[in-house]
Amino acid sequence: MANILLKPVELLGRSVTMFWRTFVLFTEELGKIMLFLCSAIKQLVLPPFELNNTFKQVVEVGIKSLPVVLITAGFTGMVLALQSYTGFKRFNAEVMVGTVVALSITRELGPVLTGLIVAGRAGAAMAAELGTMRVTEQIDALETLATNPVKYLVVPRFIAGIIILPSLTVVADIIGIIGGFFVTVNVLGANPSVYWRRTWDYLEISDIYNGLIKACFFGASIAIISCYKGFYTSGGAEGVGKATTGAVVLSSMAILISDYFLSAWLFK
Amino acid sequence: MIEIIDLHKYFGRNHVLRGVNLKVEKGESMVVIGGSGSGKSVLIKQIIGTLKPDSGSVLIDGIDIAKMSENELYETIKRFGMLFQMAALFDSMKVWENVAFALMRHGKLKENDAKEIASEKLRMVGLIGAENLMPSELSGGMKKRVGLARAIAHSPEILLYDEPTTGLDPIMADAINDLIIEMKQKLLVTSVAITHDMRSAYKIADRIAMLYEGRIIATGTPDEIKNTDNAIVRQFITGSAVGPIKI
Repeated sequence: MANILLKPVELLGRSVTMFWRTFVLFTEELGKIMLFLCSAIKQLVLPPFELNNTFKQVVEVGIKSLPVVLITAGFTGMVLALQSYTGFKRFNAEVMVGTVVALSITRELGPVLTGLIVAGRAGAAMAAELGTMRVTEQIDALETLATNPVKYLVVPRFIAGIIILPSLTVVADIIGIIGGFFVTVNVLGANPSVYWRRTWDYLEISDIYNGLIKACFFGASIAIISCYKGFYTSGGAEGVGKATTGAVVLSSMAILISDYFLSAWLFK
Repeated sequence: MIEIIDLHKYFGRNHVLRGVNLKVEKGESMVVIGGSGSGKSVLIKQIIGTLKPDSGSVLIDGIDIAKMSENELYETIKRFGMLFQMAALFDSMKVWENVAFALMRHGKLKENDAKEIASEKLRMVGLIGAENLMPSELSGGMKKRVGLARAIAHSPEILLYDEPTTGLDPIMADAINDLIIEMKQKLLVTSVAITHDMRSAYKIADRIAMLYEGRIIATGTPDEIKNTDNAIVRQFITGSAVGPIKI
């Protein structure tokens, strides 16, 4: 009898402990990432500057993510037009499709989808590369050759993230809007000049650059989280796998969560 | 040249080094022997300053490396060269770029000059024509040679070897031993090697020190170590499963 009564209490206790432990682990990880960020920023401002390496990373992150960004942005614009057209038709507001596509893409979907793609593509690559370098002692080797590994490996990736994400977002914005135009005009048969007028009439320059500010922030988060995960990898090949998964999951979460708060702050 | 005084290192609750004392003279070849997990690698990483001690000190020419600023530490590290257990070559770079890494970075040498020096260092370790290969195209023994060429490229005064013969066949291991002796004679370097390969230790050492349970329990010339009365050292050097060392 006593057992039956105590069971729920025990379960409650266990879940509270588990929740607390997860919370402590999460805050600990967050703190470590912040310290890592500080050391990266310190190395970023101190000479010598890693221009060659940075250029290499910009190309690596940018060019390789571009095709996926193009396809994703194009189809997102297209489906957005398709869905809002059928929805808006119900209350005769089809003319607003251009506005909806432009605002959704520039303010929200452009930066967020680009961020998620880069997190999956470049973030995973950063974590895997640095993780492999850690477990094969290449990071130690850098230090024994009097080279600060944060400066040599992390700073170029961090800068590349901050430069590349807004650039890819601009491309995504353009392709997304063109995708929406294509579907609305060529598939659904709307008037092209109305589409463009509705797009430009309501789109403000702040919609675009606030979206790009978000993208900068996402780029920095992806790079620092992925590099952190890779840099502190342990446990051989399995560890590299865990670091890579962890980097993608954590950067994606960081993008989605920070997106809400950044939007609330930027688009007041 | 290198003096380690009462060095302690913890990893969490694991007390790995429990007061290591060791002195290595200039030009001497010191080999630290010890079982797996005895803290040998931790010790060598503290000598080069990539791990900080929890207490005690490592003095290089009388200066405590734990008290150096980052710049001073890196300047000191430039006096070292290190060969890693699995060579730790940068797998995104060609062989010659690996060897010339420090030269191009710190020596500000032009690419052609650096490549020439890299080729010369590669010849010293017996590798000819491998300059443009990638590390993934090399065998284990070749990787170690490239690692050694990279370690000596910037003409260091101190060479550290982390298990130089581990993972090599006996003939290749002996070739690496010969190279280590050659480096000492030609470059007049001070060297510290950690190993559990006794053949290698006897061959390359001027003095041998045994690390056991986080302390140096014996030091001596190879002959002194061979004839020691210390039961622990005896068990280790004869490679017996029976004795005071618990497995």
